[in-house]
Amino acid sequence: MLAARPAAAVLAALRRYGGRWGLIVALAALPVYYGVTDLVNGYQAAVVAGHPVIHHDLSRLGFNFAEGLSDGAIWALIAIGYTLVYGIIELINFAHGDVFMIGSFTAVGIWSVLGLSLTTSALGVIGGLAVSLVIAMLTTGSLNVLIERVAYKPLRNAPKLAPLITAIGFSFILQNVGLLWRGGSQQSVTDLIGAQKVVFTIGGVPILRGYIVAWAVMVPLVLALSWFISRTRPGRAMRATAQDPEAARLMGINVNNTVSLTFLIGGALAGAAGLIYAVYETQVWYFQGFQAGLFAFTAAVMGGIGNVRGAVLGGLIIGVIQSLSDERIGPQWTEAIVFAYLIAIMVLRPTGLLGEETREAG
Amino acid sequence: MSELQAQLREWRDAAERLVPPWWGKALAGLLVAVGVILPFLTGSSSGFLNGTIVAVAYAVMALGLNVVVGMAGLLDLGYVAFYAFGAYCVGWFGSGFFFGVRVHVGVSPLTSTLAGIHLNFVLILLAAVVVCAVAGMIIGLPTLRLRGDYIAIVTLAFGEIIGVLAVNGQSIGVGGGMTLTAGNLGISAVDSPWFPGSGSFGLLDLRPWYWLVFGILLIVLFVNLRVRDSRLGRAWIALREDEVAAVSMGIPLVKTKLMAYAIGAAFGGMAGAFFGAYFTEVNAGQFAFGFSIFIVAMVVVGGIGSIWGALAGGLLLGYINNYLIPDVLNNLPSAFGLSFQLSSVSFGIFGFLLVLVMTVRPQGLFPERRRSLELTGEIAAQDGELGSEPVGPA
Repeated sequence: MLAARPAAAVLAALRRYGGRWGLIVALAALPVYYGVTDLVNGYQAAVVAGHPVIHHDLSRLGFNFAEGLSDGAIWALIAIGYTLVYGIIELINFAHGDVFMIGSFTAVGIWSVLGLSLTTSALGVIGGLAVSLVIAMLTTGSLNVLIERVAYKPLRNAPKLAPLITAIGFSFILQNVGLLWRGGSQQSVTDLIGAQKVVFTIGGVPILRGYIVAWAVMVPLVLALSWFISRTRPGRAMRATAQDPEAARLMGINVNNTVSLTFLIGGALAGAAGLIYAVYETQVWYFQGFQAGLFAFTAAVMGGIGNVRGAVLGGLIIGVIQSLSDERIGPQWTEAIVFAYLIAIMVLRPTGLLGEETREAG
Repeated sequence: MSELQAQLREWRDAAERLVPPWWGKALAGLLVAVGVILPFLTGSSSGFLNGTIVAVAYAVMALGLNVVVGMAGLLDLGYVAFYAFGAYCVGWFGSGFFFGVRVHVGVSPLTSTLAGIHLNFVLILLAAVVVCAVAGMIIGLPTLRLRGDYIAIVTLAFGEIIGVLAVNGQSIGVGGGMTLTAGNLGISAVDSPWFPGSGSFGLLDLRPWYWLVFGILLIVLFVNLRVRDSRLGRAWIALREDEVAAVSMGIPLVKTKLMAYAIGAAFGGMAGAFFGAYFTEVNAGQFAFGFSIFIVAMVVVGGIGSIWGALAGGLLLGYINNYLIPDVLNNLPSAFGLSFQLSSVSFGIFGFLLVLVMTVRPQGLFPERRRSLELTGEIAAQDGELGSEPVGPA
């Protein structure tokens, strides 16, 4: 046990002096390292007539960023759900990732109901996607509210671990629903929009259709959400409840309805993310929610849990880390790298990039 | 309702007065005796005996996790890491996996001729205890300042990282053409436990395996009970109930929490080593997140913090998972015209059990007294009474 005391002292020192800048340096390390190696050593851009073509520029890094920011749009939408729920009832909604998975499955199901296929006209595809987006969001939103009513609300005053355990339970239940729904293996879905087609190129970086769809769904939703939270009465009720549920109740806010509203919004955003995922990755899997949920949770913590802007920022950062790691280190290591970042954040700065001090993390 | 409870409590107290003081010890002795002779009541390689062996090993895991989750109140969602470390101790120190070296300590004459590291199973168990205790402390270190669900996430992240390392370990060289793990190919042909006089354990006669794991269970149970009543055990409960108050009363936070992680991990490592030897293979695919949740479910169903609860929960879910679902009820859905097998949704069933237990009976099947009072709100009610009018005989 001799080692324990110095270890704690080192930890405290790391936190005091590391803090936000330490986290920023840790986050910048990967892109800066790969940018410098690309410029100095070059990279193999293509093989022409058996000879490798070596480039010395930043367009490979740019490609990583473009892909990462679009992946990140998905994580950002899921992360908002984590951060809203955590902000309001201090619960890690473990089932959230699987709600996202159900969103993907619902969207894909709606496509086949509508009869969308590769031969559908462009207008038909856009209309069909809009319809499936709305239905997926409604489904996952109501599912999330239902989970809250069944599994979390009865435990509002129980010890904190109790709702976390029911959340894990629901996560497994939803996974098995997905398993029975679409089987146990990765399933390809129709590539409705031609997600890999290049729309235009900026500085040697191809921008694909999938990226544009991801951003076209994510940006308006995030803007609408921040307007809702900051400008409307229910949004103000949400903020008040997050700050102090007891005082909010005394001020005449219906706390139960506000919590349900939060779950509705979080679930709906996860449904939107599920649609993007299906369009963009062109495959769905009953287990996709597990990794997505953990990545999005990492994003929420990285941005500062309870903070919507932080969740979006964290989601985009996680996306970039993921795409850098996928393309340069190997996809089999990505999970470990993202989780290593999660642990580093917890040690260095549990309040995240933009977060306030919270009781749990402080 | 409360009248009924009072009546039940009265009957229980009356029953407690009736039994003689040596009753507890007699019951324990009886249970141990039943445990020892149990394999003679069934075939030496029956499915029931196999289910029992696995269930007992799960109970060992549940007892270990109960130290961390139940007694110290640190929700560990990465417990599978210690299963992995324990199992890899068997793979590393009890097989021909490290073919470049030849080390033999206390193994059968046949095994002594093979390449690789071959230690006696008892030594492997000790190695697993040491490795897991150290790993448990390392994993616990970043969580020391965190509380509640943040601990859950950090331990989960560690568990997943260990899982990824286990899968990708086949591309990590350790010199001499040898790798760290065999990934999803698995380290196969691990040594069966061998003791002088018993010969190597075979897979046709499962009884020696049963007695081995039963012995491990008794050791773990004994240590658990002694630690619970020790200074350390009381310190865990104090930290769990109120960290600030406990620390200001002089309980060393770092040492106490790390001891919980180390002891819990060591038990998990023992069970992991047993599983490694019993399944005769150490495969990275075994170390999935679901396993951690499975063990958490055992602790929760049995009653968080209760040793007898963890034992019962481990045995119960172990039997359900390894005997009832695959052997007995597997074709139940097809009887209702549904085209799936029950074993494919076993984790959904455990998820449902978790939700059910937490919402209906949060204190579990065999609750620890203190925890059950807390969860059923009786303590809060008493506190409320203290605050209002003095309660007394009118």
